[in-house]
Amino acid sequence: MNAVFLRPKMRKSIIKLDKINVSFDGELILNNLSLDIKEGEFVTFLGPSGCGKTTTLRIIAGFLAPDSGDVFFKGKRINNVPAHKREVNTIFQKYALFPHLNVYENVAFGLRIQKKPESEIRKKVTEMLKMVNLSSYIDRGIESLSGGQQQRVAIARALANNPKVLLLDEPLGALDLKLRKDMQTELKNIHQRTGITFILVTHDQEEALSMSDTVVVMDKGRIQQIGTPTDIYNEPKNAFVADFIGESNIIEGTMIEDYKVKFAGKEFKCIDSGFGIMKPVDVVIRPEDVRVTTPENGYISGTVTSVTFKGVHNEIIVDVDGFKWMIQTTAGQEEGDKIGMIIHPDDIHIMRKSVYSSEVGDYSAFSDEFYEEQHPHK
Amino acid sequence: MKIKPNLFPYVLWMSFFVIVPLILVIIFAFSTPEGGFTLDNIIYATKYSAVFWRSIVLGAVSTFVCLIIGYPMAYCIAKIKANFQSVFIMLLMIPMWTSFLLRTYAWMTILEYNGLLNKLIAFLGFEKINMINTPGAVVLGMVYNFLPYMILPIYTVLSKIDKKVIEAAQDLGANKITVFKKVVFPLSLAGVVSGITMVFVPSVSTFVVSKMLGGGAILMIGDLIEMQFLGNAYNPYLGSAVSLVLMVIIMICMGITNKLDEDPNEQNMIL
Repeated sequence: MNAVFLRPKMRKSIIKLDKINVSFDGELILNNLSLDIKEGEFVTFLGPSGCGKTTTLRIIAGFLAPDSGDVFFKGKRINNVPAHKREVNTIFQKYALFPHLNVYENVAFGLRIQKKPESEIRKKVTEMLKMVNLSSYIDRGIESLSGGQQQRVAIARALANNPKVLLLDEPLGALDLKLRKDMQTELKNIHQRTGITFILVTHDQEEALSMSDTVVVMDKGRIQQIGTPTDIYNEPKNAFVADFIGESNIIEGTMIEDYKVKFAGKEFKCIDSGFGIMKPVDVVIRPEDVRVTTPENGYISGTVTSVTFKGVHNEIIVDVDGFKWMIQTTAGQEEGDKIGMIIHPDDIHIMRKSVYSSEVGDYSAFSDEFYEEQHPHK
Repeated sequence: MKIKPNLFPYVLWMSFFVIVPLILVIIFAFSTPEGGFTLDNIIYATKYSAVFWRSIVLGAVSTFVCLIIGYPMAYCIAKIKANFQSVFIMLLMIPMWTSFLLRTYAWMTILEYNGLLNKLIAFLGFEKINMINTPGAVVLGMVYNFLPYMILPIYTVLSKIDKKVIEAAQDLGANKITVFKKVVFPLSLAGVVSGITMVFVPSVSTFVVSKMLGGGAILMIGDLIEMQFLGNAYNPYLGSAVSLVLMVIIMICMGITNKLDEDPNEQNMIL
């Protein structure tokens, strides 16, 4: 629980969503969504495509009105405030820069609308472009810039308006891996320097975990879990969160009593309680938390069915009585090897059954191709 | 310049149907009937400056009216639902499938002194108005005929503007009017320029409209050229010279128009 101390000083609420419902063509996009975002917080909406994260962002920006529910900004209801009067600015997915204007004029756009004096505009634009390392591109046309540079212009353009909240709609999705990592660091730095509230939308769980103070995991128009990155990773609330954030072995089990759970045909000690007696549960074990040993020394044992080299470690799929586990190991197992497995009570995480329980299976269908589909940006 | 083999048929086409005729016009414009070189045709052509001026003014007025009517129409079409858009565009195109001559002739019967419109006016108890054979009738005919050529390119450009760019402008504090002034209109200039070109050029050089709706009273360049080739005045040398002068005038006009869209970073100055 020390994660709480990593958060910035807890301040007043800046954006509050209350029981938001949105549907398109009869399909429910946001289902009774409520959320409170604090001043200066770096919040990430994380979820698969169609989960409603971008819709939520568009409601905050004012591009979309909810069918029902209220949006508050610093305690004031802003449902009827149009986008151009809201003190939020957006960085769009494909940047949406003005193609007819050069870098300078793009960044100056908001300031010109506010009718700021030319000297002030010049000062601010120069300052913003310096912040995103684009000072030498000030007179360049937009089309002549690379994707990463356009992204920086978009950041400078949004921040030049001194927004209270910066909305980022998958801003790094179009960049290649190396550039994306650099921009993540840069955005994080900007957040710390400016103290502006950041709301980021992404489907990349790594991005969400490494950048945010608070992660909001969404699916099917509902918030599945809100928490710090460590909370979300270590204490997933249901099978969806466990499956979406990182790799997880999600096994059906039975909570025999407090601190005692049965799965894979064996009883284990665990640190969770309060689930009742003899209650069916989902058990999560992260691939890096399984210790591999010889079959004789293992508490449970299985057969290695595939080995994939991943650089730092190997990813092996192990068949334990028909259930395929994924385990990360540095030892050199080979296909067909019999191994033993040891799991520490700390590493066993128990979740209540949910609608997602039946949707997540083992790793038997696992292949790299499937993996790519599920995690397009890894 | 090296020409790729697959371009060859087009190069051939362009040579035979554009460059060779152009050279012929230039040769004729500078020739005497006996085949000698002369500047007389050009000098003579400039004596028709009143006709040139009238053509340019009527052409410019028609183009301006087309722009005033066409831009808002294109804007509205680009804003409605996609399936309605195609219906509108279809309706816009259908008249273009009937003969230009027929459509102009129809206007004749409407605008005539004893035509449909005056009959209606008389029926309502008003004095009949002399409408046909006036510059107004010619402009009306040109606007009616050439309006789709203004709307289509503007519509095409407007419908391609990225919605996100408009949202970005709103996001940065621009209200609807500012979004239009600072983003939509500048981004649609390319369509405006090609619309102006596609209306102005045929308007300046038309002879059907001026002949039918202007009677003999409103002589335009097109009529003048026609007279030199098909009329009693038969003089292809003068006709070529007039064509050449017209071509130069149009080139100058288009050069000025294109300036509108030339430097994307200086558009704020126009607005």
